[in-house]
Amino acid sequence: MTPTTPLGRTAVALDERFAGAKGMRKLLNKVFPDHWSFMLGEIALYSFIVLLLSGVYLTLWFKPSMTEVVYNGSYMPLHGVRMSEAYASTLNISFDVRGGLLMRQIHHWAALFFVSSISVHMLRVFFTGAFRKPRELNWIIGVILLILAVVEGFAGYSLPDDLLSGTGLRIAQAIMLASPLFGTWMAFFVFGGEFPGLDFIPRLYTVHVLLIPLIFLGLIGAHVGMVFYQKHTQYPGPGRTNKNVVGYPLLPVYIAKAGGFFFAVFGVIATLGALVTINPVWLFGPYVPNQVSAGSQPDWYMGFLDGAVRIMPNWEVHLWSHTLSLNLVVPAMLMPTALIGLVVAYPWLEAWATGRTGEHHLLDRPRNVPTRTALGAAFLSFYLLLFIASGDDIISTTFHLAFNDITFLFRVLIFVVPVLVFWVTKRIALSLQRRDIDRLMHGNETGNVLRLPHGEFIEVHAPVNERDRARILSNPAIEPLPMPPATDAAGVRTPNYRAKRLQAKVSHFFYGDRIPMPSAEEIAAAQAHLDAGHHGHDELTH
Amino acid sequence: MTQDHPAIDPSRPQAAEVAHEWRAADLDPVAERRAERQVAGLFGAATLLILASVLIYGFTDYNATVGVPLLGDVNVINVFMGLTFGLGVFCIGAGAIHWAKKLMPDVEVVEDRHPLTSDEEARAAFAETFAAGVADSGILKRGILRRSLLGAMALFPLPLIVLLRDLGPAPTHGQLNHTIWRAGTRLVTDVTYLPIKAADVPVGGLVNAVPENLPQVEEQDGTLNARAKSVIIVVRLNERDIIAQQGGTPSAPWDYQGILAYSKVCTHVGCPISLYEQRTHHLLCPCHQSTFDLADAGKVVFGPAARNMPQLPITVDAEGYLIARSDFQQPVGPSFWERA
Ligand code: HEM
Ligand code: FES
Repeated sequence: MTPTTPLGRTAVALDERFAGAKGMRKLLNKVFPDHWSFMLGEIALYSFIVLLLSGVYLTLWFKPSMTEVVYNGSYMPLHGVRMSEAYASTLNISFDVRGGLLMRQIHHWAALFFVSSISVHMLRVFFTGAFRKPRELNWIIGVILLILAVVEGFAGYSLPDDLLSGTGLRIAQAIMLASPLFGTWMAFFVFGGEFPGLDFIPRLYTVHVLLIPLIFLGLIGAHVGMVFYQKHTQYPGPGRTNKNVVGYPLLPVYIAKAGGFFFAVFGVIATLGALVTINPVWLFGPYVPNQVSAGSQPDWYMGFLDGAVRIMPNWEVHLWSHTLSLNLVVPAMLMPTALIGLVVAYPWLEAWATGRTGEHHLLDRPRNVPTRTALGAAFLSFYLLLFIASGDDIISTTFHLAFNDITFLFRVLIFVVPVLVFWVTKRIALSLQRRDIDRLMHGNETGNVLRLPHGEFIEVHAPVNERDRARILSNPAIEPLPMPPATDAAGVRTPNYRAKRLQAKVSHFFYGDRIPMPSAEEIAAAQAHLDAGHHGHDELTH
Repeated sequence: MTQDHPAIDPSRPQAAEVAHEWRAADLDPVAERRAERQVAGLFGAATLLILASVLIYGFTDYNATVGVPLLGDVNVINVFMGLTFGLGVFCIGAGAIHWAKKLMPDVEVVEDRHPLTSDEEARAAFAETFAAGVADSGILKRGILRRSLLGAMALFPLPLIVLLRDLGPAPTHGQLNHTIWRAGTRLVTDVTYLPIKAADVPVGGLVNAVPENLPQVEEQDGTLNARAKSVIIVVRLNERDIIAQQGGTPSAPWDYQGILAYSKVCTHVGCPISLYEQRTHHLLCPCHQSTFDLADAGKVVFGPAARNMPQLPITVDAEGYLIARSDFQQPVGPSFWERA
């Protein structure tokens, strides 16, 4: 049967050339689960597109050169001031190119959206367990994307060569210098000699507009391609299993929603770019090594490193006429490397502790995996504390505290708070589980009070609805691996005994505290009870 | 794993069978037309707003400003073109999403998820083909070929790395340890480049200074490198308040009658230091609050910096102007590996 509509004929014409009919049909029918938290990755993707568009526009006028010029554009306060061409051309874009400031601000806001949405997206992936097999590779690609995004953002705000960006670069160069063994060489190679030199901005420009964006394109393609190929995970709910995908088809609903969402994100970024000043470089002035603009803050995502550098004790080791600056090596190199290592290794660590090898396509509710959730919360509190520590000057002036005391306080908090947060989060998760089971067995409180014939007042409990029931039942209630016997019945030593014992210990750390789920029979009995009009708790308490 | 849990009854309804709530627009033609009007309204608004943004560009002077509450004086093109464009684009998105939510089918559908691993047989065949292909190449058997290939491959990137050599000069100790200060170089004020008479520095005062030849060096060199290392601050203390200095002898002291010169570059990560508290003789870095006591050899009294602020030995020349006795006696600025 040949189609008669123009659209149908187009489809046929396409197939006659590429024979894609089967695949294309499957594609159009592909199902995408819907949830607000799945839009976080989309925001990252769309702000990346906005970054590409606005960035190309900026390249048309920006001059990545440190050659000195005398400014004579239309921003009067800087008239006659000597500055690099990079800074002068940034002023030119801001004041003499129509709409140039708008594009600069759109670009910067898009960058903030990009890094922020990636970070929150990553939290969502972590707390729901979306990183588990078979998605570990995408988790790693994600980590690389986050690191690249931070580097790209730093490169971006270093390019205009204003006082703020120059100060940031000076710090970056000093951290390079502090690297053991080859630090000085690295700094001399990167900057073409001593700081600041003339080579750095043009080099950084190539990295910012070509190298990193290309890597981004490749990795984002792989990342989203993998989501597509492996199919998106879904939250537990009625009809949702590990073996299906429930949601809306690509055509028309998902295309309309995702496509529409791109415009919504673009619209919000453009509106912010129009209304909210960001990085007003003309106020900072050109970079001069002997000036610093007090109170200027870098973009938020550099804050945790700055905070770590601030609270680190001033240790420096002098050995055999060499200097090892622990005050920089520890907070600016070892700490971030260790964090990244932990994050990259986490999916395997958890899988090992769990001891299972299956595929995971149903997301976890964070409460149902208390140790993971608590670890994530502890990590987050560590990060936030470092971030807050980067504002120690603001804290000092606001609360009239001595720097000495603040620094000491942070040095204590950074070790104590994550442990506390871990413990509290785990308790909260466990009690939420208990409440869930309670609701499942005894129904929801309705607030309706009933007077029984013999005069007692009780509250009516209604069975949980289908959706909540499915969600509560999704609790995997994983049991810890048992301790391996040292020897088997015949007295032969268990192979890899030590490794297995360690695995069991880690497993116990993860799953030792658990709330067992009632059995199917118990649930059925409770259900029958509720359906028969009994009223929850009263039955058990009497 | 969830699906294995005994509590989950296998007969759960599929999503398609789960009660589907009808939307107003599904049941009521009036509501349907209202939704249609809303979507069309959003698209219409988008058209108008985007047109308006182009008109604003075309019909406003490029530096026209206008006062707006909260924002102050703003450039018309940046703010109003951006605003109309942003809102217009947002309306396209809002319209599409509203359309999808109100008018497109909202019944969730179910697709099967096939295991991401193939069946046993296919996997075994693949593994076998792979192993056979590699074996056919002989790379496992012919050790000499394997090793010589590995050797060549390991060296292949080397030239590409060597080619990076000219990214920068090799760091030399001379460069790292020295600045352009020399014996006899006059201290001149920063910005105005005027020589500084010792008598003109009041007790408690602070002067930002550079070497007198800095302008010429910068002219020749074309970079800010010399400045980044040679900037200093000059302070005058009561001589009896000075506890220690980094060097000098009674006959050739590093200060001149209580006038001390210190580097302005923080020994932590190189920020220029700006805040001086006269009462305590403390110098405070704005970047991470390292604090140096200028009365006590520039010692670190607080903060992440590990080393004293380097002192520049000074004296006066025949005309009474401050001059350097020599270069700094230790490298200025942040630490580095080769630093003794
Ligand atoms: C350039 C930055 C990034 C972009 C453009 C991006 C984009 C996306 C998109 C569009 C999705 C599907 C929608 C969603 O689940 O939100 C997704 C899923 C995913 N992302 Fe990202 N992402 C980025 C960074 C990251 C990071 C930093 C991580 C973690 C370290 C990560 C890990 C994942 C994983 C594991 C999935 C699969 C989630 C699932 O199927 O439930 N991504 N990403
Ligand atoms: S640069 Fe001065 S304290 Fe960090």
